[in-house]
Amino acid sequence: MSDSGERKTTDGRPAAPSDDTPGTEGTSKESAERTGGPHSSAQESGADAAETGMGPGRGGEVEQTTDQDGTAPEGGTRTAPAARDRQGMFGVRGSGDTSGFGGLRLPGYAPAPAERPYGGWFDEFADEFAEALLERGIPRGAVEQVTVDRGEITFYVQREHIVEMCRTLRDDPALRYELCSSVSGVDYGADVDRRLHVVYHLLSMTFRRRIRLEVVLDVDDAHVPSIVEVYPTADWHERETWDMFGVIFDGHPALTRILMPDDWEGHPQRKDYPLGGIPVEYKGAEIPPPDERRAYS
Amino acid sequence: MTDIRDDSPAPAEERITTEGPVYTVTGGDWDTLIDAEHDDRIVINMGPQHPSTHGVLRLVLELEGETVQQARSVIGYLHTGIEKNCEYRNWTQGVTFVTRMDYLAPIFNETAYCLGVEKLLGVEAPRRAQVARVMLMELTRIGSHLVCLATGGMELGALTGMTAGFREREEVLHLLEFLTGLRMNHAYVRPGGLAQDFPEGWAEKVTDFVKVMRSRLPDYDKLLTGQPIWRQRLENVGYLPLDGCLALGATGPILRSAGLPWDQRKVEPYCGYEEYDFEVPTATEADCYARYRLRVAEMHESLKIIEQAVAKMEPGPVMVADRKIAWPAQLTIGSDGMGNSLEHVRKIMGQSMESLIHHFKLVTEGFAVPAGQVYSAVESPRGELGYHLVSDGGTRPLRVHVRDPSFVNLQTMPAMSEGGMVADVIAAVASIDPVMGGVDR
Repeated sequence: MSDSGERKTTDGRPAAPSDDTPGTEGTSKESAERTGGPHSSAQESGADAAETGMGPGRGGEVEQTTDQDGTAPEGGTRTAPAARDRQGMFGVRGSGDTSGFGGLRLPGYAPAPAERPYGGWFDEFADEFAEALLERGIPRGAVEQVTVDRGEITFYVQREHIVEMCRTLRDDPALRYELCSSVSGVDYGADVDRRLHVVYHLLSMTFRRRIRLEVVLDVDDAHVPSIVEVYPTADWHERETWDMFGVIFDGHPALTRILMPDDWEGHPQRKDYPLGGIPVEYKGAEIPPPDERRAYS
Repeated sequence: MTDIRDDSPAPAEERITTEGPVYTVTGGDWDTLIDAEHDDRIVINMGPQHPSTHGVLRLVLELEGETVQQARSVIGYLHTGIEKNCEYRNWTQGVTFVTRMDYLAPIFNETAYCLGVEKLLGVEAPRRAQVARVMLMELTRIGSHLVCLATGGMELGALTGMTAGFREREEVLHLLEFLTGLRMNHAYVRPGGLAQDFPEGWAEKVTDFVKVMRSRLPDYDKLLTGQPIWRQRLENVGYLPLDGCLALGATGPILRSAGLPWDQRKVEPYCGYEEYDFEVPTATEADCYARYRLRVAEMHESLKIIEQAVAKMEPGPVMVADRKIAWPAQLTIGSDGMGNSLEHVRKIMGQSMESLIHHFKLVTEGFAVPAGQVYSAVESPRGELGYHLVSDGGTRPLRVHVRDPSFVNLQTMPAMSEGGMVADVIAAVASIDPVMGGVDR
């Protein structure tokens, strides 16, 4: 977190001159629409997907490297989730939603992979990490993608290796991630491919560094190995993630609901969880739930 | 009249009144509860409605006599879905939600959230706002620690500690009300700065407060620190060494009582904490008494920081200059309370259609935040308060996850209390200082 400001918008071509410099215009309405534009590789891949045939599955089709010998790009080849089709009134498409009927959510996005040099301590750390993984026989393809954004580094990892990876991060003397700050879920939306993410925030108190690991899951196969045996503190975090997102942590000692009642059905923080409208006493009218109201952003 | 309750170990006495029969239920003798068929373990529920459980915390204790064999905490009774709610409000409105999580430390929630949003936006709040945040956070830290001492004292039978703690906390709340407008749930820290500047005369009030607290904090040493009963209840109770803290993720006073001087303000300074001169009190006993002493010491350090913040405060804006983020209305006090300044209303209604549109759009729709995710952490009174914010580029968060220190620290309860006496569970929970609003969110 030391060197924020070094934002890498690397997408395989030179990053656009910093017209996304936040603070000047990066937050304006125009920019909000332009985040789908070509200066953001993340958005771009989503937009491309939308243009070239919208089908779900398009986004996640090209998956992680099957690389065992280190020939694939280190940054990874994870692709953006398929974008959602946004549509205004009167069948208008592709012009940005001005009618408000498009709903709340913007097209799904995936961050762009980072390119060397990452900057700051990230390069040194990535080397140490790769070396430590190699020592323990974890294939290099276990890291699907590395992203550096806003001074934070994220490793998108394969779920099969998450436990060993955490153990490596905790035990390797050059890494020393003693504390697991948090484990939580993110749902990127009902029509995004591989929409569920499990996010691990690890903290090295020795080196005062934070990293983020992310496991991307298919909602129909929402299984991920539990890291409780490595970080006992993950116990409640994983229970909460199960409770809220329905991610099953295999090997968790007692994966039960924690915040919702034991007999609750469904997982409330999923984006497709029904929010329920409010009936009003006027000819059976109903105030629609918030995710179905008109929104102009 | 035969009473079917006669075969129970402790029959309930019946008394006929005009309202019908009234039963007097009393506890039975321990010996009548156990017999050859049952071992002498019983499982009791402590809470969720129990004055010693710090809110709606439910503890399930397996007791053998007075010894706790197993302890589990059951949470969720105060779950309000704040994280989910944030996803359907714009980024500015999120402040009013997160401030209600850890309701004893609202300013910390607001600041951690706003630091995260600002990191996503790539802006930094002006200096005056940063200094004000530091000052407000330290005021809140004092208030929160006072409640910890007060409720902890009450739970252990030190009722004067309770009345004294709440009396001093009242000073904090009065001051916060004067500075921010509300005693709790301030929504005063906003993405990009503060909702508005402090009212006139704030510096004197804060200085007076520091003076009052300086005179009153030593009373806690007289009242509690050296008191034999207090010490006997706390010393060597709720022991959790450093490796246990790290494995279970405990931060804050629990971690520091085990000897690690880990404080976000020192190791990952935010809001300019690196400019302030203060100590991070630590202890090595790793018991409840050490945690109590650390909290008292931290209040003294907070007073030092507040004094420095008052000195550092220079005139200037309290909100970023970017009109795409800053709230358009200049709030003022009118004859009918606080509201949009008449000057601003005159301008948008009479002179500038564009200003009116801008005001309307920004207030109803909010500002767009570039896509990405950040984790921002601050040192709350209870430990590392972290916000994981994900934006999809729109005007609402895609995800707001809070790593609340109470939630994580509460996991240490079994490790602190299993094998000890049931009375020590209370002391251990009090020393964890969980706030259920933050645990359940």
